[in-house]
Amino acid sequence: MRNCGHIDPENIKDYITRDGYQALGTVVTELKPIEVIEIIEQSGLRGRGGAGFPTGLKWKFTHQAAGKEKYVVANADEGEPGTSKDRLIMEGDPHSLLEAMAIAGYAIGANTGYIYIRGEYQLAIKRLKIAIAQAKEMGLLGENLFDSGFNFEIKIREGAGAYVCGEETALLKSIEGERGEPQVKPPYPTNEGLWGQPTLINNVETLANIAVIIREGAEWFNEIGTEGCPGTKVFTLSGDVENEGIIELPMGTPLRRIIEGFGGGMVDDKEFKVAQSGGSSGGCMPKELLDTPMDYDSLAEIGMTLGSGALLVMDETHCIVDIAKCLMQFFKHESCGKCVPCREGNKRLYNRLDKISKGEGELEDLERLRDLADTMSKTALCGLGQMAPTSIYTTLKYFKDEYLTHIEDNNCTTGSCRGLVDLEVQDKRGGKDYGNNN
Amino acid sequence: MEATIEEITKALDSERTPLISVLHAVQAELGYLSTEGLKIVAKKLDIPLSKVYGVATFYTLLDTEEKGENVIRLCESAPCHIKGATNILTELQDKLDIDVGETTDDNKFSLEMTSCLGICAVAPAIMINGTVYGNLTSKKLDSILDRY
Repeated sequence: MRNCGHIDPENIKDYITRDGYQALGTVVTELKPIEVIEIIEQSGLRGRGGAGFPTGLKWKFTHQAAGKEKYVVANADEGEPGTSKDRLIMEGDPHSLLEAMAIAGYAIGANTGYIYIRGEYQLAIKRLKIAIAQAKEMGLLGENLFDSGFNFEIKIREGAGAYVCGEETALLKSIEGERGEPQVKPPYPTNEGLWGQPTLINNVETLANIAVIIREGAEWFNEIGTEGCPGTKVFTLSGDVENEGIIELPMGTPLRRIIEGFGGGMVDDKEFKVAQSGGSSGGCMPKELLDTPMDYDSLAEIGMTLGSGALLVMDETHCIVDIAKCLMQFFKHESCGKCVPCREGNKRLYNRLDKISKGEGELEDLERLRDLADTMSKTALCGLGQMAPTSIYTTLKYFKDEYLTHIEDNNCTTGSCRGLVDLEVQDKRGGKDYGNNN
Repeated sequence: MEATIEEITKALDSERTPLISVLHAVQAELGYLSTEGLKIVAKKLDIPLSKVYGVATFYTLLDTEEKGENVIRLCESAPCHIKGATNILTELQDKLDIDVGETTDDNKFSLEMTSCLGICAVAPAIMINGTVYGNLTSKKLDSILDRY
């Protein structure tokens, strides 16, 4: 995000003044494709979309794959609830994405790139269109870039409102004009992707790191962050903190520092209760985990996820059962319906939680929730169904008492579960028929 | 209708698989994707109607039913939920006297739910047509609805 707020995103000259398109020039005139891939491999950059797969390796696989034509696809279908980092990058620094796609194209041997972007992101779409037109006009996209003989063009494809299209095979189906349903892997898109051809799919934030790595070098990048996860991560901080917003920090920054330092602490000095890391498919971190370093490896060790870098912070006034129910409502709606574990599983998880939230739960329901979660994480076709129960696992582990209060005492201490709250209207004026006379 | 759709499919002729782009454009031009419209799209693109219909009903931003002049989409994701989106929903239902998925009698507003709009720092949020509004309160909601 180095340029966000410092440049006019609708003026390519601002980007060029801050060393923009310099890396692309170096790459196409001085480096061989395999040398570019080596730099990215040495940098240790890992995919910022959520899975944390080594970017250099993905580039290498696509480079090695045989195909008539190859494609670069930027995954800008940022649908993970509580995440808006890619939107900010595209709205504030669109050329960093375009430059990286052209570099990736040169490295893997592709001449066409697609940006698959959410239909909801109208401002980002507008700015990307302007950026592409300006880059073309200056000869930084199009034919024979920097007199190297390398051609690269970028097209935008608008999504139409489907969370599952953030999954790479579903995304490709959507570009192909089909229902966005995930496919069985392998084959992986690096070998058989868009229209059956080798395709490199990277997240917007991942790509935004490319040009600066080429310019400053892999070693420089290695010095930021942790050993296993070099570089920075862009976090979207939301919920009950004083300062909500988007921040870029070195990988491995402890959660407490993000909330207290950058978030300015909890609103009204209320007690911290839980932070959900990684969006709706992420785990719920209780107070005792506040000192966890926020990087892929440290979080994976404790059954949590860094995911997209979404951080939803909640204070003591929120009910765990109510939150879990809200999350399952989301997955129930967004499941594409192709595989049974996800289509049925999310619905049944929701129904059980709904039952508990109304005071009709039984102890057995908790066992059933866990059983279902196990089945889904092992058998669902794609990441959506596999990750949907993460919040169930983590809340059952750290907040079991709260489930028990709902089941055994028929009580929601925070008053969030409407079905468990008895509201009594006291008429201060004393008139018995007050409600009817209105 | 046929002429409009033909013009759209011709303009997107260079795309290899233009179905979703075509449906976006047809909806922008004609308001929603009627059965008649889908039949013409299928014919012009030489794709089976069953596939065109399957795609049109898969995506939430594509409408196969007629909507009101303005579509209100309320975010129901967790960040908005914890900031009181449920109360905003109740307010909207009361003010417009419709339920989710319905349209007001004067055809002015339709009410829908949506997943995260990516503006969580100003939750709770709604999107009316292409415009987003955040930090919603009951009072603010009134002044926003008055603009339409």
